[in-house]
Amino acid sequence: MIEVSTALYASVIAIVIYIIICSFRIFLGPTVADRIVGFDTLNTMVIAAMIAMGAAMYETLFIDIAIVYAILSFISTLYIAKYLEGGGS
Amino acid sequence: MSWAILLILSFLIVSIVFNGLGTIGLHRFPDVYTRLHAATKCTTFGTIFMTFTVIAHSVRLYLITEEARFLNMAIHTFLALVALLITNPTGAHAIARAAHIVGIKQEQAESVWFLTERDELREADLEQTEPVSTDESSESSEVK
Repeated sequence: MIEVSTALYASVIAIVIYIIICSFRIFLGPTVADRIVGFDTLNTMVIAAMIAMGAAMYETLFIDIAIVYAILSFISTLYIAKYLEGGGS
Repeated sequence: MSWAILLILSFLIVSIVFNGLGTIGLHRFPDVYTRLHAATKCTTFGTIFMTFTVIAHSVRLYLITEEARFLNMAIHTFLALVALLITNPTGAHAIARAAHIVGIKQEQAESVWFLTERDELREADLEQTEPVSTDESSESSEVK
């Protein structure tokens, strides 16, 4: 039991390092779509980190927040894409 | 029960490896579409395996201790998996469609897109917006 929660903490640290590497693409993406791709990847990794953190600390609340974060990031991605293609107003 | 811990740790290793591959692909590919391909596919796969890890861990703890909160955590993680499966590919499709409509070009020199000649989405948009000669377009679509 202790081994699995330790491994989950280590995976949270690894995913946080991935998130920092992904944020470089948001800063130096040449076009707007590159930045949106980096943002979407970062959101998915935040969801993975929240789920692993909730399982490591035995908190179901973190997983509920991960569900809400997934749906909100989906809506924001759709809205930014709609704004980018110029059809929404 | 050591095989259950082995299964959980193997799911976790697959998750970490595929999230890392998605991060590397986000930086190594030349243009938007290939970056979207690498980042979205690998990250979705890795996060699905992270939810599998947590579901297996919670079910194992429930079978050992028989407390209801671990089963609660497994069901909530399954709901997170369903939300992720619905939202993530749809968002990626919206990003790709927006980038194509805006007119972001593919990198011609370094990519496999150099070999493509037809642009079916743009042809469909032109047929929708400019129905100039419907007979010729229907005939050409039948020929193709």
